[in-house]
Amino acid sequence: MTLHSADVARFSWRALIGYPARTLLMLVAMAIGVGSVVVLTALGEGARGYVTGEFASLGTNLVVVLPGRSETAGVNPGAMFGETPRDLTLDDALALTRSGRVRRVAPLNVGSVSVSYGPRSRDVVMLGSTAEMLPVRHWTMAQGSFLRVSDIDRALPVAVLGQTVRDELFGAERALGEWLRIGDRRFRVIGILESQGRSIGVDTDETIIIPVAAAQQLLNTRSLFRILVEARSREDIEPVRDFVEATIAERHQGEKDVTVVTQDAVLSTFDDILGALTLAVGGIAAISLAVAGILIMNVMLVAVSERTAEIGLLKAIGATPRQILLLILAEASLLSLLGALLGLAVGQASAFGLRLALPILPAYPPNWVIAVVVAIAMVTGVVFSLLPARNAARLDPVLALSRR
Amino acid sequence: MIELSHIDRHFQVGDQLVKALDDVTLHIGAGEYVSIMGPSGSGKSTLLNLIGLLDRPTAGRYRLEGTDVTALSDVEQARVRNSQIGFVFQMFHLVPRLTAAENVELPLLLAGMAAEERRPRVDAALEALGMADRAHHKPEQLSGGQRQRVAIARATITEPRVLLADEPTGNLDHKSGGDVIAILEGLVDAGITLIMVTHDPAMGGRARRQLKMMDGRLASDETGGPDDTA
Ligand SMILES: Nc1ncnc2c1ncn2[C@@H]1O[C@H](COP(=O)(O)OP(=O)(O)OP(=O)(O)O)[C@@H](O)[C@H]1O
Ligand SMILES: [Mg+2]
Repeated sequence: MTLHSADVARFSWRALIGYPARTLLMLVAMAIGVGSVVVLTALGEGARGYVTGEFASLGTNLVVVLPGRSETAGVNPGAMFGETPRDLTLDDALALTRSGRVRRVAPLNVGSVSVSYGPRSRDVVMLGSTAEMLPVRHWTMAQGSFLRVSDIDRALPVAVLGQTVRDELFGAERALGEWLRIGDRRFRVIGILESQGRSIGVDTDETIIIPVAAAQQLLNTRSLFRILVEARSREDIEPVRDFVEATIAERHQGEKDVTVVTQDAVLSTFDDILGALTLAVGGIAAISLAVAGILIMNVMLVAVSERTAEIGLLKAIGATPRQILLLILAEASLLSLLGALLGLAVGQASAFGLRLALPILPAYPPNWVIAVVVAIAMVTGVVFSLLPARNAARLDPVLALSRR
Repeated sequence: MIELSHIDRHFQVGDQLVKALDDVTLHIGAGEYVSIMGPSGSGKSTLLNLIGLLDRPTAGRYRLEGTDVTALSDVEQARVRNSQIGFVFQMFHLVPRLTAAENVELPLLLAGMAAEERRPRVDAALEALGMADRAHHKPEQLSGGQRQRVAIARATITEPRVLLADEPTGNLDHKSGGDVIAILEGLVDAGITLIMVTHDPAMGGRARRQLKMMDGRLASDETGGPDDTA
């Protein structure tokens, strides 16, 4: 007396379409649960992908040196509470080039300045750096050239413009070779940066880049905002970090007064946080699956009691308790599967909509989430139907048949 | 083929013991046509359910074709119901969402018969009862008499030895009730053992053997002929 699986499937299917309101209700409940897990994890993954992408765009194998000994330093390192840390200087930056594991070193000063060309003038972010900055940050040039390689302390009067700055100062006119003013100094435009798209911290379109020595003169400071050190490879990042800490400490009379941040560390922290967030959000959404499960149990209990006479009849014509159990569980599984598939479709469609609305967010649900959520939906459906199915299997056929 | 010896079926309702069946001893041979009559609550349905293995006696022994079926497990009893016993109910008990053909097919499906093998048998059964053109109708699209014919087709599709009918005409008008009785009697002529509970003395009187029940006991057991019903 083994049922054919095709018969079981067909019988379950007929039961589902035989009670469309009930079936629709459970499908919707299941679909909401599954769909929200899918779309929320897609959102979380998207955020993670976005942040990691942003960090990757900052440069590869970067070790960043900040003045001041604080994990959160960087906003205004000169005004750290209590102690005033020793300045990071151009000489410090030079010293950091003396390791085989270091490929490039780019010192950085940042300031807000007013730039003018003829009658037009504009406040922009000024970056002071060296020729190394271009490859370190993976920038590309639209026109002309970047800062040339020269002595680090030579304040050459040359400037590289971002797209927006160029447009606003020069409009349709030719900018290359022209002289503009920053404060009371004149700089010749030698290059235009290609638009880099947005990147954490700086929008290169809104900046002007000049030699670091010139920037220090304009800002009237001898201390650097950052030193960007590029290690030769991923494996070199940790040795370079040690090298940087040791070198700076040696130069600062043994004081460890700088913070060295590796991009990997920041990245993996963000990765961890956002990964945990995705799990948490997905987990909360998964609770709605449990709710769907309880709904399934209730609806199946009602279904069994509504169909008491039918179950009694099945027993009268020779269905064993196990066959009854199988039929009810098959019905619940089919329902869960359809609900899960519907939920996947809804979730994927929402994720797609999300990607259309926020193109910067790569909102794709992870494959393992899809597998897990379908599995959870099926297990929930079956587990919560065990009780109704057992009730059905144990039904006394005489009583079941005599009920009207 | 049906041997009931000293069968009791008691129900405990609160602190009261209801003796639905009280020391019933009954033998029914193969191919017999038996009617069971008696007042309401006298235990007719209980007896029929017991014979049909839907219920177990409180005491006593039941042998079907020589085997003690009270000792069988649930699964074994289900198998016996499937292959050797057919039920026809007053309420028809068709599955409402399935077509006539699908309802008739159910016992074969539960027995694990392959779909290709089932189809010709179902078609033949419906054809024999004049229901071939209604094979794909749902029960709600059928008249009471037609529904009962589908139910009879379902009850006989596994070619059981015994057919049990509990007031099969109770929900039918006189005309379709007569049709159903004619069909059942045709099955008797073909060799089936028919046991039918009825309230209608005219119908009960048609049976060759007539049992009367009273308060859970067999009050009379008469063998007459269909001739005495005019
Ligand atoms: N599950 C049960 N629990 C308690 N008492 C029951 C149960 N089933 C039947 N009875 C009792 O057993 C007695 C016989 O019932 P049964 O249904 O066999 O009567 P019946 O002869 O078929 O009556 P009717 O002609 O009204 O169908 C009745 O008194 C009934 O109340
Ligand atoms: Mg009765």
